[in-house]
Amino acid sequence: MNPVRKNRLYMAVFLLVAVSGGVAALMLAMEENLNMFYPPDKIVSGTAPKDTMIRAGGMVLDGSVQRAPDSLAVEFVLTDHQGSAFTVTYTGILPDLFREGQGILVRGHLLSSGKFDAVEVLAKHDENYMPPELIDLAEGNAKPPIIAPGPVKGVVPGSGSGG
Amino acid sequence: MADLGHFSLILAGVMALCTAIIGFSRSDREAWAAHAGSLVVGTFVFAGLSFFALIYSFLTDDFSVAYVANHSNSLLPWYYKISATWGGHEGSFVLWILFLCGWTSLVVMRRHNYPVSVYMRVIGCLALLNVGFICFSLFTSDPFARVIPMTPAEGSDLNPLLQDFGLIVHPPMLYAGYVGLAVPFAFAIAALLENRVDALWARWVRPWTNAAWAFLTAGITLGSWWAYYELGWGGWWFWDPSENASFMPWLAATALVHSVAVTEKRGTFKSWTLLLAIAGFSLSLLGGFIIRSGVLTSVHAFAVDPERGLYILIFLGLVVGGALTLYALRAGAYSSQVRFAYLSREFFMLINNAILMLSLGVVLWGTLSPLGYEAITGGKISLGPPFFDRFFVPLMLLLAAALALVPVLNWKRTRPELVADYLKRQGGGAFLLALSVGYIVQPDGVAVAAALAVAVWIVTTHVWDLIHRCRRSGVPPLAYIGMSLGHLGFACAILGVAVTSTQSVEKDVRMAPGEEAALGDLTVVFNGTRQVKGPNYLAEQGVFLIREGDSTFELRPEKRRYLAGGAIMTEAGIDPGFWADTYISLGEPLQDGAWAVRLHHKPMVRWVWLGALLMAFGGLLAIFDVRYRRLRLKAKAAVLVAG
Repeated sequence: MNPVRKNRLYMAVFLLVAVSGGVAALMLAMEENLNMFYPPDKIVSGTAPKDTMIRAGGMVLDGSVQRAPDSLAVEFVLTDHQGSAFTVTYTGILPDLFREGQGILVRGHLLSSGKFDAVEVLAKHDENYMPPELIDLAEGNAKPPIIAPGPVKGVVPGSGSGG
Repeated sequence: MADLGHFSLILAGVMALCTAIIGFSRSDREAWAAHAGSLVVGTFVFAGLSFFALIYSFLTDDFSVAYVANHSNSLLPWYYKISATWGGHEGSFVLWILFLCGWTSLVVMRRHNYPVSVYMRVIGCLALLNVGFICFSLFTSDPFARVIPMTPAEGSDLNPLLQDFGLIVHPPMLYAGYVGLAVPFAFAIAALLENRVDALWARWVRPWTNAAWAFLTAGITLGSWWAYYELGWGGWWFWDPSENASFMPWLAATALVHSVAVTEKRGTFKSWTLLLAIAGFSLSLLGGFIIRSGVLTSVHAFAVDPERGLYILIFLGLVVGGALTLYALRAGAYSSQVRFAYLSREFFMLINNAILMLSLGVVLWGTLSPLGYEAITGGKISLGPPFFDRFFVPLMLLLAAALALVPVLNWKRTRPELVADYLKRQGGGAFLLALSVGYIVQPDGVAVAAALAVAVWIVTTHVWDLIHRCRRSGVPPLAYIGMSLGHLGFACAILGVAVTSTQSVEKDVRMAPGEEAALGDLTVVFNGTRQVKGPNYLAEQGVFLIREGDSTFELRPEKRRYLAGGAIMTEAGIDPGFWADTYISLGEPLQDGAWAVRLHHKPMVRWVWLGALLMAFGGLLAIFDVRYRRLRLKAKAAVLVAG
């Protein structure tokens, strides 16, 4: 083989290895860090996987928020107002705009007890805002307590750190 | 006044259209160049008038303007009324347009640096982009739309998160950077049209690229700083889609800054530089699309408006499609036969560009793949920060390691003995420095130790090199000092990132009045809360006493309720420090006067921003290098001779 061709061959092999390595790394990282979103009915019906990091959402049921007296543990119920509801447990500080009756997102694990163990709670950041994940939920719903999608300011995580 | 603003904007659009037509059809006539210049300045003046009309509407509480009614309130202090002008979608676009006019006018001021045909095409291209933006503003997001006759008596207030000094300065800086990338883009288009890509072309583009990059860097830094102190949960980077939207053009622009340097110095990397110039601005537009269309959620997603999204998507398609088609047709001819060894500055620039492109690919994938997934399967996914961190830690360490050797390397080829000799002479000093910094930082884990090692290495090689050059031949050129400062800034930033993201102490605790909590070496005492009244809010102010050895200080974080909209907001109490920040924010009130409290001790978090600002400063410094001024003199002399 002449040197130019040999060089090109090396280059091609190198590129192939680098690209496939990169894609493999990307896929692996995707699989580890990918969070699927499930609405309340999927959580209740058991479609959502147990003990995997997932995201779920719904409206906070009025009167369901219960703080522990001596720690930052809190429990509340998320519902779609259509008969599906599940309990979320969380330890930490809730976001400023966490309120009863409003749409929020949680990230965490669904336990085999049917409770959702959240590591992160995300709330809307504006009076008129609805997290996009919940818009479908709101549109398919005839009952009133849901806020229509409108001008948006954004979702802000309630906990977690940067870096 | 609002109608005057509206009219000015239309007029600016018409003038921009004229400039574009002249720029592309009369590009070879010296006489037309002056007309095009006046038109550009006219566009700038009218866009400015339009912007000031909007500011005036805000200052006079003209709630008949829908945009003002939605983003202001008569209780708002005057400085926030001004900054509210760019606090929402419509107004921020007027600012965007104004900046594009500003950059174009700056190109006009440097007219004599460039041959007339290139100059006209650059102006034409920028004006054409401006026409697109002005149409977007007028047809899909008119800032001057009226609410008549149902004029509201009071505005619905600016989002309290945006009532802050950070928001006064962050968007203008960021936009100046975003839009500034249009200039290298226009130069790339002009070069492709004129079939002229050479070292001289690179010298024309370089100052513009540096300037846009510096603004973008400063803008992103300010945004990160704002998120840190204003959002109240102590993070400074969240891999949020809107952050990624600004980070992607930054990565492309950083690659461009380096690649265009190679094109100038060695006349190679030509088609690559062109591609990067196109990619940089395209990614700015993509960022605009992501943020404005509301396809992804974030703090910055002003409006879920499919019409706007569609317009930007079409515009993006035209600009990127057009530019890439032109590139595909022309760029093949620019292959160059410049050879270089592995141990050369060119090869290390290649490494730099490869790493930056990989990083860009990761961010692009992480930002867009959830969209693609939803489009294909209808399911919703999200990728968390660990996805990005996994790639960025090794990639940035590699980048830093490659960067450390740069001052040692010559263009074309460097004798290995020279490098070895260099490293041997610096080894002792570097080791001592690493030990002393290591003693202060006390690295926790391999990644931090590695970051510390490369940071110290970068500092040693660059400082050594600067001293060496000063001794040998006096003060080196400004561009060289700028480059060194930029690299030192990068060293600061990665050290800060590594230390603060692994060695911060973060605690969420329940604290009753009088209770104490330990935070690392500090003791935090909660002395209860009290009521405070601000100009347009009521606040619960927590009083915290922090003991650090013998010294004590107080922090007073607040929980504010804004009167206009009833919005609740957290104002963190921060004790900033060069080596560490103490950060306290109030969560929510619990029973009996107790509060959920967030306590953070964040070592070296300031280094992240200081490093980034140092990079931006280095970039700006490089623009004032004497050789770009010589460019002007030479061009002037040429014009005189020809005339």
